[in-house]
Amino acid sequence: MSVPAEKKEKVSVPFDYNKYLRPNKLPHIWCPGCGHGIVLKAMLRAIDKTGFDKNDICVISGIGCSSRTPGYVDFNTMHTLHGRALSFATGVKFANPKLKVIVVTGDGDALAIGGNHFIHTCRRNIDLTVLVFTNATYGMTGGQYSPTTPMGSQATTSRYGSIEPPFDACEMAKASGASFVARGTAYHTLELEKTIHEAIMHKGTSVVDIIDACPTYFGRANKFKSATHMMEVIEKDNTVNVKQADKLPPEKLEGKFLRGVLHKIEKPEYCEQYESIVMEKAKAK
Amino acid sequence: MADAAKKLPNIVINEKFCKGCSICVDFCPTDVLEMKGTCVAVKNLEACTRCQLCDLRCPDFAIQVFG
Repeated sequence: MSVPAEKKEKVSVPFDYNKYLRPNKLPHIWCPGCGHGIVLKAMLRAIDKTGFDKNDICVISGIGCSSRTPGYVDFNTMHTLHGRALSFATGVKFANPKLKVIVVTGDGDALAIGGNHFIHTCRRNIDLTVLVFTNATYGMTGGQYSPTTPMGSQATTSRYGSIEPPFDACEMAKASGASFVARGTAYHTLELEKTIHEAIMHKGTSVVDIIDACPTYFGRANKFKSATHMMEVIEKDNTVNVKQADKLPPEKLEGKFLRGVLHKIEKPEYCEQYESIVMEKAKAK
Repeated sequence: MADAAKKLPNIVINEKFCKGCSICVDFCPTDVLEMKGTCVAVKNLEACTRCQLCDLRCPDFAIQVFG
């Protein structure tokens, strides 16, 4: 006997985050409304979707609010020097190319202090997934402006508005030679999950610029009412999906960030190339 | 009759983890949740559609929808 369709009810089965977390380290230290927690959840769901074993994944971070992430997740983890997470990650990947290495880094960590490492990691196209948490501020040290702070924004070090033009992490990654460049936001969390999943599965340097909100410093200094208000203004209204962007007139795209996969090409991967040279020379002997 | 038999979801809130950012309250499409002091509470469980947006956007692992 078949069950009538109307009797089938939607059943909610929430994702079990606990299997990837270190429960004794929670609750985390991030401020109320901080977008990093939302991004962390999207990252865990994306990792779960890839089906990799916990021991095959290594999460590496530098210094900063976002870089607290490895402390909460139950993978192989490293909390390293400010800006040097990518150098450590290159070393880990080179020593054990079977590991899936994910670098969690902030905008200041990746683009200011570690700008040089960022460029050269992209240039080598080594198989790393780089998640740049862009909250446009240095939250841990008291809200100084960062390389992605929009012009005219207030910070503790720019009381009359920032006069520095901001970086676009995606453009820089693309120009430096990364083979996968994407952008997501904490607001569009399901889209972000898909983007991170695609980035992890891609062979080569994959950079995902993730726009999230810092309500404590950036929000308060720039007169945002709440974390929700920030998410709506910065993440929802200020971004356009790359698939919709073609249909929109140019004046509607002005000053907006594009979300989704912005650049994806096939390129020789660093570890594979190194291995092929080793094999070639071993055969010659 | 059908309404009485309708199974309600179970919204589990971890009060120790909730920091009171009110993201779940503001983004709930059917206005199920409310703020009680600095912690979220269920106001109108019947309206819940199990969309899980509260769970997806909670930065603190504090709310989940079961059932």
